[in-house]
Amino acid sequence: MTESPLLEVDNLSVEFLQRGAATVNAVRGISYHVNRGEFLGIVGESGSGKSVSSMAVMGLLPSTARVTGDIRYRGESLLERDDKTLSKLRGKEISMVFQDPLSALTPVYTVGNQITEALKLHDSGLSDKAADARVIELLTTVGIPAPERRAKAFPHEFSGGMRQRVMIAMAIANDPDLIIADEPTTALDVTIQAQILEVLQKAKEVTGAAVVLITHDLGVVAGNVDRVAVMYAGRLVETGTVEQVLTAPRMPYTMGLLRSVPNMQTAGRSRLVPMEGRPPSLAALPPGCPFEPRCPASIDACSTAEPPLVQIGGTGPGSREVACIRADEFERGTLGIADVFPHPEPVPPEEQAQVKGATVLQVTDLKRHFPLTKGVVFRKTIGSVKAVDGITFDIEEKQVLGLVGESGCGKSTTILEILELARPQSGSIELNGVDVASLNSSARLKLRGDVQVVFQDPMAAIDPRLSIEDIVSEPLTVRGASRSERSAKVRELLETVGLDPAMSGRYPHQFSGGQRQRIGIARALATDPKLLILDEPVSALDVSIQAGVINLLQDLKDSRGLSYLFVAHDLAVVRQIADVVAVMYLGRIVELGEADNVFSHPQHPYTQALLSAVPIPDPRVERTRQRVLLDGDLPSPTQEIPGCNFHGRCPLFKILDAAHQERCIQTDPSLRSVHNSSVACHFAEENPLRVTGVDITEKEKS
Amino acid sequence: MFAYVVRRLIGGVFLLLLVSLVTFVLFFAGPINPAKFTCGKQCTPALIEQNTKALGYDKPVLEQWGTYVVGIVKGRDFPDDPALKKTAPETIAHCSAPCLGYSPQTSQNVTTELQPRIPVSVSLAIAAFIMWMIIGVGAGIIAALLRGSVIDKALVGVSLIFYAMPTVVTGLLLYQFVAIKWQLVPAPQYVPFSQSPVQWLQGLFLPALTLALYYAAGYVRLTRAFILETLGEDYLRTAKAKGVPRVRVLFRHTLRAALTPIVTQAGLDLGALLGGAIITEQIFSYPGLGALAVSSANQYDLPTTIGIVLVVATFIIIANLVVDVLYGLIDPRVKLA
Ligand SMILES: Nc1ncnc2c1ncn2[C@@H]1O[C@H](COP(=O)(O)OP(=O)(O)OP(=O)(O)O)[C@@H](O)[C@H]1O
Ligand code: SF4
Ligand code: SF4
Ligand SMILES: [Mg+2]
Repeated sequence: MTESPLLEVDNLSVEFLQRGAATVNAVRGISYHVNRGEFLGIVGESGSGKSVSSMAVMGLLPSTARVTGDIRYRGESLLERDDKTLSKLRGKEISMVFQDPLSALTPVYTVGNQITEALKLHDSGLSDKAADARVIELLTTVGIPAPERRAKAFPHEFSGGMRQRVMIAMAIANDPDLIIADEPTTALDVTIQAQILEVLQKAKEVTGAAVVLITHDLGVVAGNVDRVAVMYAGRLVETGTVEQVLTAPRMPYTMGLLRSVPNMQTAGRSRLVPMEGRPPSLAALPPGCPFEPRCPASIDACSTAEPPLVQIGGTGPGSREVACIRADEFERGTLGIADVFPHPEPVPPEEQAQVKGATVLQVTDLKRHFPLTKGVVFRKTIGSVKAVDGITFDIEEKQVLGLVGESGCGKSTTILEILELARPQSGSIELNGVDVASLNSSARLKLRGDVQVVFQDPMAAIDPRLSIEDIVSEPLTVRGASRSERSAKVRELLETVGLDPAMSGRYPHQFSGGQRQRIGIARALATDPKLLILDEPVSALDVSIQAGVINLLQDLKDSRGLSYLFVAHDLAVVRQIADVVAVMYLGRIVELGEADNVFSHPQHPYTQALLSAVPIPDPRVERTRQRVLLDGDLPSPTQEIPGCNFHGRCPLFKILDAAHQERCIQTDPSLRSVHNSSVACHFAEENPLRVTGVDITEKEKS
Repeated sequence: MFAYVVRRLIGGVFLLLLVSLVTFVLFFAGPINPAKFTCGKQCTPALIEQNTKALGYDKPVLEQWGTYVVGIVKGRDFPDDPALKKTAPETIAHCSAPCLGYSPQTSQNVTTELQPRIPVSVSLAIAAFIMWMIIGVGAGIIAALLRGSVIDKALVGVSLIFYAMPTVVTGLLLYQFVAIKWQLVPAPQYVPFSQSPVQWLQGLFLPALTLALYYAAGYVRLTRAFILETLGEDYLRTAKAKGVPRVRVLFRHTLRAALTPIVTQAGLDLGALLGGAIITEQIFSYPGLGALAVSSANQYDLPTTIGIVLVVATFIIIANLVVDVLYGLIDPRVKLA
């Protein structure tokens, strides 16, 4: 029963001809196939050609693209077809889900209207009534509440997750046989990402379509796809089943990707492996293996000819393809992942800073409410947004507190309140034992040196015409240091953060994202602070670069005894670096405890949902994991919710009996100690929800 | 929506009051006594004195302004002297509401003077508007779709020429060649619509075209730019991916978004033009507001000038309101508040 594949991509190349510049070889001779009903994942860094190759399948590349090779759908070539016949295929047989649904839906039409358009285009006989009914059905399938009403809403009235559901509804409207999803969950919160992946799985079941999922996140791939294709510099460099590729990679690039991203289950036990450097320019490729400049396993032969993608491990069911000269050595086991990418050593004990464990930051019952007003002339207060609503935590010397939660939960407001160093609206903030409310302005200026901040993109707020030296030394200038003092300090700081001190005369635009973040850290260190507030410090960086910055932060903490308030939405990164975690939901801390404790035994249903939404790049774990899914989006911050503010989305609430539920609706749970953590849930002890999968820690031996 | 319109209209009235106050203060605070222009050669100090009194120029500016505003609503008499009204009613000129004052230069009420001219300017503005929208937006769409081609470059180049060319030149050239030399259309002149719609249209053609060419030039570039910007939007890719054919992508998904800012611009341009096209009306001796504005300014005819300013301001305020409402209708993201 040799059925021909649904889609065959055969030696596909895409070149972009550019006026006055070298041709960009975005895709270079890739071949792959998708079988009926199969789930294929295409993984790769930004710019590796993932989108371009799938746009080629859809026939949606701009006219500057030159496409060669062949793309066959059900055995028939698509490349020769004209736009008109292709548009009959698009949306009917092959449909696509794009990233960033904010801009991917036409703003001036209702979502119902846009789905109807997709339906009617391919079925001109469809009556209005039947179309409406189908729209409601589709919206219900993708989990949009009150579909009759929501169909009449415009895209901007939907949240990001909801818009992505609409995109999926549109993609499955005509029962396609192939759905291509290009980064469908990038830029969404993890809880929403988990929902969307679930919807995508459901869409696949409902339509029986094959799905090609394009992503840069190995974790997303692990739990969903059957086969994986890894792309690098416009080429496929490794393909195989998801188990093969993720648990026993044979190509150093795949290995590097796996080792540089923290795995939420194992993070924090060893340092991450940075994979320095960047992919080569697609307009000027070196003759050899494109990964050679970054590959720790490279040998002389690597730089002479580009290794082709060849089958290894025979031709049977266990066969796979790898493009690496040394693939055989990996396959035989004479060369292992630990030889190529060993974990860096942590700071040795004798170089570690000795601390007594004094409290650096103490935040007690901090509140920040913003009044909501209406009217222009006569302002009426019609309610308030409780951005931060009574939170308490402390950070000790050389301790990292990770603050996590969905976007909009109040993380940034918390940071801003601390940075103000002024009397808060309510509650207190103590820095080094000094209540900031008691400070006069000169004492405040002095204390400011003790707490510094690093933002997501530290250069965004800085004058691009300043040199790195000026940028890093600015906090010192304010404090009146002399020119030579500053210059010496800048060199020392750049050295500390792993940059060449000779670069101090350069300007921000001459640096990569990772280097700029290092400059941001150097600047924050200029005043020898005790506490660094890190606001999403690595979330804008490519995963391979992220690892280096995280390692730097860990080293700095160990050698200088720094304390961090580390705010991030990526829980794996938080587990990698944090000693203590605080989980925030709608302005409250709902769970607080030792990181290991919270991550391995989460007790609050929200924490459980949050953790179970994080994909883990290990198919064995993903297969056996139990999921605690959250319903819906974060409620509007203006909404007054009686009782426990989580009860509308709480998965535990749903399985409680009416009497218990009543308690959730009536009484606001306060934070109390349960099994070594603090948890704000009435029923933490009775919580039967579990989020653990196979514990891979014993199996991981390297 | 209704509440919004009412609110905006009330705001508009306040704005008009403000405009009239400012013009009043500016004009009457000047060193020249406007009454000097009321009697021409026969002026004697006594006569000036008398006219100053009759027209109320002796009162404080603010009081004059108050009387003026009340006059718009209730009408007024010149001179407003109850005693005289009884003894010699024939010496009193009545000006019924909406009274925009009395112009001694033309011995007419300003309202009477303006009334016949408004339809002239409005006809011209609307005819020009229709022409320039068709020419400008149409050419803009074509240029955007054929970006980089010879046609695109030609359209952009030609529009640049018309944009740079003063309307005096365009108007005179059109007049010279189209009407006089080639006699393609009858010599332009204003014929009221009620008299003969055909002649009205023929008479309008050249002056409207003059204006339309100038405005269209700007709209070609505007439309082209907005469409090119919209063509890069992700949602067009989505539309194509669901199988929308190319032409439909353009008309249904691109134009609607791209035209929104053009509607705004068009509304404001039309609003300003309704108040009269000064140069064009002069060239074609069109008896509109623009021509009157020139002559009244030349003769220091303050009441007429203020009247025109108010009429123009009213047009602009209404055009603004219409634009905002339209904007809300076209783009659902815009909330009227
Ligand atoms: N229209 C274009 N003209 C020139 N070069 C292009 C064009 N579109 C894409 N490229 C180039 O092709 C290469 C591959 O791009 P592609 O969008 O496929 O990457 P990707 O793997 O999808 O990355 P990401 O993860 O950022 O989405 C990049 O170097 C990109 O700059
Ligand atoms: S071919 Fe050489 S450089 Fe390329 S991945 Fe293999 S070992 Fe590394
Ligand atoms: S108190 Fe009730 S609603 Fe709140 S988290 Fe616990 S179970 Fe859920
Ligand atoms: Mg992409």
